[in-house]
Amino acid sequence: MPSHTFILNGEKVTVEVEDDVRLLWVLRDLLGVTGPKYGCGLNVCKACTSHINGKAFSPCSVPVSKIKPTDEITTIEGLAATVGKDLHPMQRAWLDQDVAQCGYCQPGQIMTAVAKVKQARAKGRELTDADFDEIRNICRCGTYTRIRAAIKSGAKNM
Amino acid sequence: MAEQRRSPHTPDTEPEEPAAPPDGLARRRFLGYLVAAPTLAVAVQWGAEALDPQPAAASIPSLPLPEDIFDLGDMQTLAAAPTSGLIWVQVNSDGTASFAVPRAEVGQGMTTAVAMMIAEELDLPLDKVAVTLADARPELMMNQFTGGSNSMRSLFVPVRTAAAIARQRLVSTAAARWNVPASELSTKAGVLRHGSGRSATYASLATAAASTRTVQVSVQLKSPSQFTVLGTPTNRVDAHDIVTGRKTFAMDMQVPNALPTMVRRPPTINGTVRSVHNADAVRAMPGITDVAVITHGVAVRGRTFGQCIDAVRALEVTWGPGTVDGESDDTVLAKVKAAQLPLAVPPLLTEHVDAEFTFAFASNSPLEPDNAIADVRPDRAEIWSSLKVPITAQQDIAAMLGLPVSAVKVHVAQGGGSFGRHLFHDVAAEAAEISHEMGKPVKLMWSRTDDFRQGRTHPMCVSRIRATYALGNVVSFEQRHTSVQTSFSHGLGEMITATAARLPVAGNLGLAETVFALTQSSPYDFGATTQLLNEVPLRFNTGSMRNIYSPNVVCAQELVVDQLAARMGTDPVEFRRRFLKDDRLRAVMEKAVAVGQWGRTLPKGVAQGIGLHAEYRGAVASLVEIDCRPETVNRPVQDGVTGPRVTRALVVVDAGLPINPRGLEAQMMGGMNDAVAMALTSSLHMKNGIPLEGSWDNYFYTRQWNTPPDLRVVVMPATTGQPSGAGELGVAPSFAAIACAYARATGTMPTTFPINHATLGFEPYPLEPSTPQSPVDGLTNAS
Repeated sequence: MPSHTFILNGEKVTVEVEDDVRLLWVLRDLLGVTGPKYGCGLNVCKACTSHINGKAFSPCSVPVSKIKPTDEITTIEGLAATVGKDLHPMQRAWLDQDVAQCGYCQPGQIMTAVAKVKQARAKGRELTDADFDEIRNICRCGTYTRIRAAIKSGAKNM
Repeated sequence: MAEQRRSPHTPDTEPEEPAAPPDGLARRRFLGYLVAAPTLAVAVQWGAEALDPQPAAASIPSLPLPEDIFDLGDMQTLAAAPTSGLIWVQVNSDGTASFAVPRAEVGQGMTTAVAMMIAEELDLPLDKVAVTLADARPELMMNQFTGGSNSMRSLFVPVRTAAAIARQRLVSTAAARWNVPASELSTKAGVLRHGSGRSATYASLATAAASTRTVQVSVQLKSPSQFTVLGTPTNRVDAHDIVTGRKTFAMDMQVPNALPTMVRRPPTINGTVRSVHNADAVRAMPGITDVAVITHGVAVRGRTFGQCIDAVRALEVTWGPGTVDGESDDTVLAKVKAAQLPLAVPPLLTEHVDAEFTFAFASNSPLEPDNAIADVRPDRAEIWSSLKVPITAQQDIAAMLGLPVSAVKVHVAQGGGSFGRHLFHDVAAEAAEISHEMGKPVKLMWSRTDDFRQGRTHPMCVSRIRATYALGNVVSFEQRHTSVQTSFSHGLGEMITATAARLPVAGNLGLAETVFALTQSSPYDFGATTQLLNEVPLRFNTGSMRNIYSPNVVCAQELVVDQLAARMGTDPVEFRRRFLKDDRLRAVMEKAVAVGQWGRTLPKGVAQGIGLHAEYRGAVASLVEIDCRPETVNRPVQDGVTGPRVTRALVVVDAGLPINPRGLEAQMMGGMNDAVAMALTSSLHMKNGIPLEGSWDNYFYTRQWNTPPDLRVVVMPATTGQPSGAGELGVAPSFAAIACAYARATGTMPTTFPINHATLGFEPYPLEPSTPQSPVDGLTNAS
């Protein structure tokens, strides 16, 4: 069986599984990392959003064979460690705004939010309402207003 | 816990200590039991005390509709009384309190509110209260039912009673130990204090305060004026677990050997398997361990869900017919219209408004797809799933497996949303069937496409209204609501049967008609008012969706109210002022008018709309502004629909006694976003026996690009002293407000919902295989 090695939340991991199994299932079913959620498996709902080398992506739509040994995969479980704290500023903002309802989408929402802020900063600007309108992550509980408020306040501390 | 589930027989009584100081009123005392346990444990009967103290009928002047005097929540609350078991609050030796609540948490914030109730009466910090979800407890019967926005209403008194008795017992224990009168002790933040300087933590007294026998005691509860926790905006108790990815849903649980399992499903609803042609080949696919034919498909079990998707897709199956083959939107609509009950008032000689509104099928699918873990053995079974009626699940699964109910253990998992879906245990029963067939534990997950195409739907319905008016008065208002039947097979029926004799509902109404009568009413003085339901018994898999009838019924009502206002040349708000008969609705409307700046100048194509609704002993006014200008309607969004946008939204809620205003606000926000979806964008298109929708880019639930950029919620101060329901309360008035705003912005009253239903905004996934393959290009758009 093929072997795949990559860096997951700061630690090197190796897993044996067929090449075409999507990374989401490698994380959830084989490595027990369950922060990224399944909401569609179609790269639509973004509930599994995690980071690859700091950029947001959907692990449900990436075969594990496409992940290189040097790739750094960060899930919600590893987000705080990227800033060397107990909580990332975006997680703290999520708490301050009491964003979550059922919470199922929120790991993906937070990972999207962090990448979105970084993306805008790389272009030398802050997020606008138009940027928020582009976020595709579904929140079926409908917490969108608090998500927007949390991204704004979390960004200030990033 | 098992030891503590004994019935408290021949209770002794214990001297009562004074509790909270009286505030001028003779206050009721509530009963509970100190139960023999290693640490302090208090049990209370659940049910009788929780009923709203207001008497049925009497207080409302003329011809109230049934819902006015006795609503569904009252009935649920009353049904609890004769059958209720006991619920326990425990104080542990580490100073924490714990409570296993017989309810489901699906995001509505019930666990947070219940923890607040315990913290309030026990004088314990909120973070020292642990509320978990109780397993199925058959002895509770319909008391373990999460629905009808009833949890706060039915838990408010019993849970506080248990916590107050625990506090009282801690006080008496410390008083005895220090040899001082109990009245000289105070409690705060989990510590007992006496004026002499002595103090003790709850932790230090939890064992000493335990009773050695079952003792009946009574207690006074705090009055709302003494509350320091209840009524204070409070963050969710599970928020930290959520933002760190630690909150555990059923699919995240690790049950030994419960491997990922999925089902290849038929191309029509409830289709059956004729034959499988390549089961051995599929069983030999990478990672796959088992293939089994079940009632409505072919199940595969494997090492990863990804490999299950591959196996599901590789199966070659010949299918038998489903239960609604050949039915499409148009055929169902024709049947529904043919079943409409006649209107009574002839439209002769009077001015009248006749209107008919059609509401498409809609999906209550939460973001977490249906899933369940099942471990079925020859002599027992264990189930884990998000279940709002776990006892019914337990009974059905036991019957299906031929096991006694006591041999089936049902654990209630945290749910990633519900919106009505988890009233049903379809997925838990299917998981049990598969585990039984394979002889192994399984972790069953429906694919997203399964959820939309084979999962429960809110049925198509038509609401017809005729209102007649003369001399500045509305003389009659008739509404005939006709729907594909809504399934109540989740067990509501038992409850209604049990209490039917006590209902002030005349005649021999059917179950759905009873529920309709108990939930629907008109808040206006419109003369002769009748609202009737009829159903078409088509065999779709239906259920409630964040309310049963109200969003559709109220949307239709409020659109006609606006029509009447226009016919009489009156502003919609002024018209409602004239005809409203509900003071609480009047108050929330006036607040909305002031805060939302009703009547402010807006560009052509942009308009305001207002919607009112009272239910669950609560009252809501929603005021929205919708932008229907072409540049907004046609704004581009990749793989999504845009259309008119609700740009400003305001929800004013009178929840009787707000337990957690922050949670209440969240429920209203969610209700508004559901309303945006139901009014404008989200529906199922039924075609030849199955919905075409297969993903969230087909079923257009509200996304960031459609959510109101300006959404505010105003929580009114306490009005009644009793918490109302909240979970579903905000949807109906918000739906109505959006529809009314759309009518005013475009000059055309919409009659089909959602407004964009006629346009199919996506390319449907194939019907076979039933689950689409996951993409492989997820790195190309990493950002």
